[in-house]
Amino acid sequence: MLSYQSIEELCRQAEEAGTTIAQAVLSDQAAQLGLEEGAVFAQMADRLQVMQASARAGMDPELRSASGLSGGDAAKMLAYAQGGGIAGPFVCGAIARALAVSECNAAMGKIVAAPTAGSCGILPGTILSVLEEEGCGRDEAVLALFTAGGFGMVIGNQATLAGAEGGCQAECGAAAAMAAAAMAELRGGTPRQAAHACAMALKNQLGLVCDPVAGLVEVPCIKRNAAGVMIALSSAEMALAGIESKIPADECISAMYEVGRALPASLRETSQGGLAATPTGLRLKRQIFGPQNESR
Amino acid sequence: MNVFDIIGPVMIGPSSSHTAGAARLGYVACKILGEPPVKAEIRLSGSFAQTYRGHGTDKALIAGVLGFHPDDARVRDSLKHAAERGLDYSFQCGDIPGAHPNTARITLRGARETVSIQGASVGGGNILVDEINGMAVHVTGQSNTLVILHHDKPGTIAAVTNFVAYSGVNIGNFRLSRPQKGGQAVMTIEVDGEIPDILVENLKILPNIIHVVLIRAV
Repeated sequence: MLSYQSIEELCRQAEEAGTTIAQAVLSDQAAQLGLEEGAVFAQMADRLQVMQASARAGMDPELRSASGLSGGDAAKMLAYAQGGGIAGPFVCGAIARALAVSECNAAMGKIVAAPTAGSCGILPGTILSVLEEEGCGRDEAVLALFTAGGFGMVIGNQATLAGAEGGCQAECGAAAAMAAAAMAELRGGTPRQAAHACAMALKNQLGLVCDPVAGLVEVPCIKRNAAGVMIALSSAEMALAGIESKIPADECISAMYEVGRALPASLRETSQGGLAATPTGLRLKRQIFGPQNESR
Repeated sequence: MNVFDIIGPVMIGPSSSHTAGAARLGYVACKILGEPPVKAEIRLSGSFAQTYRGHGTDKALIAGVLGFHPDDARVRDSLKHAAERGLDYSFQCGDIPGAHPNTARITLRGARETVSIQGASVGGGNILVDEINGMAVHVTGQSNTLVILHHDKPGTIAAVTNFVAYSGVNIGNFRLSRPQKGGQAVMTIEVDGEIPDILVENLKILPNIIHVVLIRAV
């Protein structure tokens, strides 16, 4: 049985079994849940399908959240992506998917929290993009979610996945790290390369604060999902190129937790600092909830 | 924690704590009432009170009260469903001293009974119900849980746990709450795996038992 206490354990288990982290996590979870591997795989396949449905729903140009703060940006990005943009259609499409799933979430659509609702666009932005544009098989995409889940469990055990505890680095940061590792393995990387991808993604989001305007999962959360996709992609690309993180993934996770603990409460989901406390952030809050909720 | 806690839950957005957790709290209240509710009075405390409209916390709580799961698309327009089913609801904001920031107190009235629960959404869609009808409990909704209201008489706990043991069900967590000696008491029993319906029926006919509620993992 895996304890999910370290990335090192995941790598060693996969290496000793001569398999991938995805397969190691799938086998282990089947054993721990007392289910057949096929049943566990099918449950994850359902979640991939929900992700696809959220991405589709979020592309609606008319979509708006209850607050009116968000909606319709994924549609703009999708239209722009047709032209290829600066970074090419794959990258633009990945940004569009991340925005779409996050906007679907903000508009009370159905999503898969991965690992949280606030960071739900990053895994679809990466894994779905490979599935839908690069042509990996559906089974490979489902397996990639097991890679992501394995890394996520370690981050949850050794640090935190809650913005209220660790800031956005614990939500979008963790999601990007999970996605980076999953992409690396999906594209044929070794378990060690997946670990380096995870480390590099975490390193690039250390210190990211959680400062949602009006306390809502919209501004800046939605666009941070798009940025998380970019960090996941660059980290996976570097790892697949053979570039290594000088700081091992497990130490990056500990550093993320330490940094999170050092963040003042105003920057941990309380909406008292950062973008939430800017003049425009406060004006939007008054606009949505009225002046009586302005006080803390 | 398992892999589906990380790649999941599947839920209606936008917030695992303010939407999915809220729906679960309402759902647990609905299960404890055990009949269709006709009236719901909900008091919101802390962050729930501050931001409930933007997060759809009100819609999520009512959806749960109607028996909808956190991933049911009907969460979005649950207030309409409430009107259709004749559920009269009201929200009140006011801090509950000492409570977790995301706390709701839900009082439900059905044709026969009234229940009042207090619970919090503690993050990631997880909940903790810590009060049922004024008695301290500990219901997370993560495992199948028996909540048993009973008279505080000798041998009642032994009789209940024996029945649970005979059914081959393993107890993972047991709590007893008793406001005063010799009055009413409540057991909260979290178990591993499934609870057979026959066990619930058998527990109901034991001496000194007032009410048995099975809350399946949500």
